[in-house]
Parts: sequence; C-alpha cells; structure tokens
Amino acid sequence: MTTAAPHDVPHTVQAGTPDLAARFPGLVAPDERSGYSGWIVTADHLVQVATALRDEFGYDLLSSVTGVDYLPEGKMEVVYHAFKTTGGPGICFKVQTGRDDPQVPSLVSVYPGAELQEREAWDLLGIKFTGHPDLRRILMWEGFNGHPLRKDWQEPYYEDEAKPFKSRSPEGHVYRFEDRNPFGDNVRYPEDFDPEKWTPENPEDLLYKSLKTYQAESPDGIETDHIVVNMGPQHPSTHGVFRFVVALDGEKIVNLKPVMGYLHRNHEKIGERNTYLMNMPYTDRLDYLSPMSNNFAYALTVEKLMGITPPERAEYIRVIMAELTRIANHCMCIGSLLNDLGAFFTPMIYLLEERDLILDVFEATAGSRMMVNYFRFGGVARDIPEDALEKIKGLAFERLPRILDEMDRLMSENEILRARGIGQGVLTAEDAIRYSATGPLLRGSGVPYDIRRADPYSIYDRFEFDIPVGKNGDIYDRYIIRLEEMRQSVRIIQQALKQMPEGPVMVGKPQYQFRPPVGESYGRVEGPKGELGFYIVSNGKPTPWRYHVRAPSFINLTAFGPMCVGQKVADTVAILGSIDIVLGEVDR
Amino acid sequence: MSENELNSPGYDIPPELQGQVAITTLDRLYNWGRRSSVWPLMFGLACCAIEMIVSQASRYDLSRFGMEVMRPSPRQSDLLLISGTVTKKMVPLLVRLYNQMPEPKYVVAMGACASGGGPFKEGYNVVSGIDRYLPVDVYIPGCPPTPQALINGLIRLQEKIDKQSIKQVPWYRKEPIEAIPIPILGPDLIDPRKIPQIKNRKAQEG
Ligand code: SF4
Repeated sequence: MTTAAPHDVPHTVQAGTPDLAARFPGLVAPDERSGYSGWIVTADHLVQVATALRDEFGYDLLSSVTGVDYLPEGKMEVVYHAFKTTGGPGICFKVQTGRDDPQVPSLVSVYPGAELQEREAWDLLGIKFTGHPDLRRILMWEGFNGHPLRKDWQEPYYEDEAKPFKSRSPEGHVYRFEDRNPFGDNVRYPEDFDPEKWTPENPEDLLYKSLKTYQAESPDGIETDHIVVNMGPQHPSTHGVFRFVVALDGEKIVNLKPVMGYLHRNHEKIGERNTYLMNMPYTDRLDYLSPMSNNFAYALTVEKLMGITPPERAEYIRVIMAELTRIANHCMCIGSLLNDLGAFFTPMIYLLEERDLILDVFEATAGSRMMVNYFRFGGVARDIPEDALEKIKGLAFERLPRILDEMDRLMSENEILRARGIGQGVLTAEDAIRYSATGPLLRGSGVPYDIRRADPYSIYDRFEFDIPVGKNGDIYDRYIIRLEEMRQSVRIIQQALKQMPEGPVMVGKPQYQFRPPVGESYGRVEGPKGELGFYIVSNGKPTPWRYHVRAPSFINLTAFGPMCVGQKVADTVAILGSIDIVLGEVDR
Repeated sequence: MSENELNSPGYDIPPELQGQVAITTLDRLYNWGRRSSVWPLMFGLACCAIEMIVSQASRYDLSRFGMEVMRPSPRQSDLLLISGTVTKKMVPLLVRLYNQMPEPKYVVAMGACASGGGPFKEGYNVVSGIDRYLPVDVYIPGCPPTPQALINGLIRLQEKIDKQSIKQVPWYRKEPIEAIPIPILGPDLIDPRKIPQIKNRKAQEG
C-alpha cells in the first residue's frame, strides 16, 4: 500500500529557518528533490556556511552528522542537522561529493561535537573529512576490509538486497547462513588474501600514536614520558564493553581517547535490509534500558514520512510509557553511578526494585520485560490491560513519589557521592553545547534544553512539568538532575492518566508492509540519555534506503575526553557513570 | 553409582558414631563445594547482561545458589557467563579472558546472541555463537532470557557439576590443557585453526 504524499505539510526542519540561499547566493541551494528539505551547500564553502549558521543565526548545537550513499546517482551525501539551544525547529544542510573518492571538509573546527560522528561516517561509508584532527576507524578495527554501509558492500552472510528473502517467503525454505558460506562462518576475505603471507599490523598502533605521548627533558637531564593506561573493554565500571585509553602524567590525565565498537551489531546495515516494521524490535536493542523511548523516536520518524498521526489514546499511552522508561533508566543510571563511586550495591538494589515494578507493567502490556516492541506506526500494538493500568496508577500516585523522596534522603547527602561528585568532571555550558551534548549532561551544565519543551513532539505541549538544570556542571549536578527528572516524569504520568481518553489505539488496520513516499525524515525525542534521533531516507520501497540512528550516548562521549583531562584515573569512572552510556547505543 | 549405593557404604558404623559421622565419596564432597560457590566473572556484554544484573538483585537473588560473588578478574572466577552479542572485535578478548581463567571453568551462553548470533546474526561484525571459539556447557534460550530462565540455566550447570568425577575431568590429567588460539583481526576475523582452510579456499569455492 502507498500512503498519500504528505509533503505539502511543512517539514519541521524547514519551517521558520533562515533563507540560506539569499544569504549565500550561489554557494547554497535549496534541496528541491521531492520529499526532501533543507539546503545543499558546496563542499568548498561548508565551513564558511556552518560558521555563519552558528554565529549569525544561532544554530549552536550540531546534533547529527551522517552520510548517505546514493549509489544509483553515484553520489555520497553528508547530512547535518543543527538546532538552537534556545528552542525551535532545526536546520538541515547537506554536502554532496563523488562516490569514488568522497572528500568533505571537516566541521570539527566549528562544531567539535562532530568529531566522533565524522569518524563513524569515515569508518562505515568511507567519506574522508579533510582537516579532521584524528580520522581513524571507530566501530570496526583498523585494517578491516571495506566500508560496510556502502550500498555495494555485501556482508559475508549476504543473501538479497531486501527482506523478506525470496528463499524464505512465501514458500519458506529455511537454511542456515553458514551452510552457504565457503568457510562455514561469518567471514569473507579479499580475493588475493593469503593468511600466511599477510603481515598483521597492530590495529592499535594508530590509536596509541594519536595519544601523542610527549617526551620532555627536565632540567636535571631526566627524560620523562607519559604512561598509557587501558581501561576496558572488560572492566566492571565501563558499563559494558566500552574501553578508553588514557595518557597519564604522574596521576594526572593529559589525554583520553574512547575506543568503541566492541558491541557494534550493525543495526544500520541490517536496518537497511529490513522492512520498516521489522526494525521496530531492533530499536529495543539499541538503548536496552529505555526501549520505549527508542520505539517512540522510530515510530515518530516513520510517521512523519508517511504523514499519519496516532489517535489520542495512543498518544497518551506513548507518553506514559516513555516517561516510565525514563524513570526505569534513571534508576539504573543512578544505581550504577553510586556503585562506581563506591556506594556498593545498596542504592542499586533499592532502585532495581522500582525498575522491576515498571518492567512488570511493560511485561503485562507489551509481553516482554525489556524488548517491548510495543509501538506501531500510527499507534501502539495493544491497549494497556486493566490491571497494568491499576499498577501504573499505584506507582504514579502512591509509590514512586514516596520512594523518590526516600531515595533523595538516602543518597543525596551521602558523603561518598558529595565528596566525589561536587566539583568533579566539570563541563561548562559553552563546552557542553560545543561538544553536542544533550540530555541530562547538557542540562547539568545549566542549559535548559529539553526537546519536550524546545521543539515539542507528540502531546508534550499539554503537560506541565519543569526542566531541572544544574549550576556547576559537575557529577553531582547530573545526579540531582536525574533524580528531579524522575519526579517530573511522575508528574507527567499523573496528568496523562487523568486526561487519557477512551478510544482506539491505532489508526487504520495494522500494516506489516507498506511503501512510504520518497523522501527523508528526521525525527527525535528527548530520550532518557539525550536526543535520540532517527534519520531515514525512503526511496519508495518497503525497506529504508538509509536508516541512521543519532545515538545520544555515543555523541555525549565526545565530551568525555575533555571532561577527564586534568582529573585522576579514579575520576574517569565517576565521570563516565554520570554521562550514562549504554553500549548497545554507543556502538549500535 | 546409584544414589542408594552412594548412601550406604557397605560396612557397619558403630552405634555411638551413628548420626555423627557422614560418609560420602570424595567426588560428591568436592562437587558439593564447587557447585555451591560458582563465582561468575563480572562481565556484561549486551542487553542480556541487564537481566543478569537483575538476577543478582533482591527479587531474584542469585545468592541462593552461591553465585552472588561476581569477580571482576578472570583469575578469580569459575564461570564465564557470555551475556550478549559476541562481535568479531570482541572475540579475541573473550578468548583471552577464557584462557586466563583457572580451571575448573565453565562457560554459559546466555541468550540467543551468545548461542548462535541471535537477531544480529547476519551482521558483518557478529560472531555466529560463542561455541565457535569456546566450549559451552549450558545454552540458555531467550532474548533476553528472563531471570528465571537464567537461574534455570545455572541450576542445569550445577547438575552438570554434580555429575563430574575427579578421575575424568580434564583438568586433573597429566598432560596440560592447550590454550585456545586467539583469533586475529585481519581484513576479517581470522581463526588461527582455520588458516589452512582459508588458504585452500579456491579449491573449496570451485
Ligand atoms: S539475545 Fe537478545 S537480549 Fe540477549 S544480547 Fe542478544 S539481542 Fe540482546
């Protein structure tokens, strides 16, 4: 089924944005492809235009950078989405380049928050960002063969361009991928590869070089060098398989590089073979601590593309679920932060109890504790059952307000938390914006930027809630903000429960396969960890041409290194805990 | 030996000692000690790790089975709980961790990903099950397995330990146990045991 083209409705990215073509005649042109919006900038003038956007027009937060491989047109495109921290719709601008040797100037000098994202585009799409300070692979290892997200790159278990695979549907001949691979495993080597003649290069060499250990000679002729310390990927405080390498001068950190990709599960490549609906359960596994808000962001993005809106009751259910997820996520985050600080397990176990009660609601409603797969395009999969609704009411009106006060009393004055949190890991408001931080990390630094308020989606404009902000931008502020956000979430749930109307929870019939109109769409929500965005390009087929996740934990890590410089090794653990990352989302 | 035989040693116990002395086999005593204090490695890979953490917390409470002492160092642990998707980038480290664990050691593959690749199997960076590299003792199905399922799997592991005998287990033999060769990150993941096969692939493809 094809949905009617919804694109006479102005795109959020377009409405109320400055006319760049008038400001830069000849350098910037509006993107006039059907279903697209924003501006196309010539590569040579990208830095100039971006600087103007930041300084003249106030687009200070570069949210997302990603590439798209337009194989049929022989082009690569880099897509940027920038927003104002004072609120309002964002602006989208693009740069096009050839496919054979794609080169685009790096924007790190204007927006340092682009650093990791540009590295990702280099790694997965092979786009070179000239002038990037440290352009290495990020998710795959150095030496890996090819750039996997290119449309002509096929994975070892490649079967077909798009699902459902012909072999499986409709007749259903099932086989194992291994049985068709010459090595019986998920591997493929270049044609002329001979493992015995091949000399392995250390994939880590470039990393250690990038740390630039210095050598200084003190007046008494003693040479000193930095010590390099690795932490992770197997380390109890890195919250999964995250790794970082620090260069130390004595005990002081002089440089820190995050190393990731140990959980790179290829969401985007798999997502571009899946049909739209098949991606919904995969989004659960991005940030597996807050599945509902991942569902939310993805559903919003596809709905924008299709031009549908869910019925009222579904909107309320979505908000309730998203806020419950936020509480569950913050429980886990605060628990593990205190764990990392040395308040071993007691707060964690108290908070996990509350999280389990929320997961009970998810299980009763969606059928699974963690991997909910609950949202659909145009609604939710099913209504909340009566007993789960009662449970939510009990939680929102009675239990959670009480427990949150109790937690506040138990933890906020805790000596360990205060001693290790106050004044540590400071991120100033300017830096937070420069590094594209979002979520509690940005608000902890005193910037009241919450997408629910700044660019409201769904029905968030109907609720009263406050946006807590920190003063000092330290670890303690981030902790306090999360606690306060849980209270605000409870407030939202209370209002939503009171206002929720009866009615259907889904528009039309559930569709398993559909073809959205050609075009692009960027949808975002304020996830528990920050701005969670999806960028989708449709070419009118049942599978997305490009499916990109703007993952808050990943981009918030850009600020991790700068925050740690000057601190001690033991503080890195606390700082990392206060950023709140989930590896499923960092590595995708 | 059957349960009954094990409980009746076949000789008389003097009346004054009855009820005071327990007689058992060395195997049973030894297994009882080990099965009641399995120390897992504190190490989470992906989503399944969250359910593993929850199993440790108060509602499910793994300490009822003697498994609450999670050690962050492989040198002190007996159980490698593979709780999530194993990627190619991660597998050399996992094999190294396994090699660093002292014997006796066990591996549990928790969830669909660890058992066979799971929902991400077709991904270019995903290993189709950890059993391609490590010997797995128990597989736990689920995505993620609920805490109950995880506990059930761990009870299966305890049952497996109960059946082992000092005479037969590999770690008390004279000959040393070979370490598992560590995979190499080349243009793609290279399993050292498969190098001849990779070399001869022309013959295979043809
Ligand atoms: S089996 Fe499912 S829950 Fe477990 S790691 Fe894999 S995707 Fe995550």
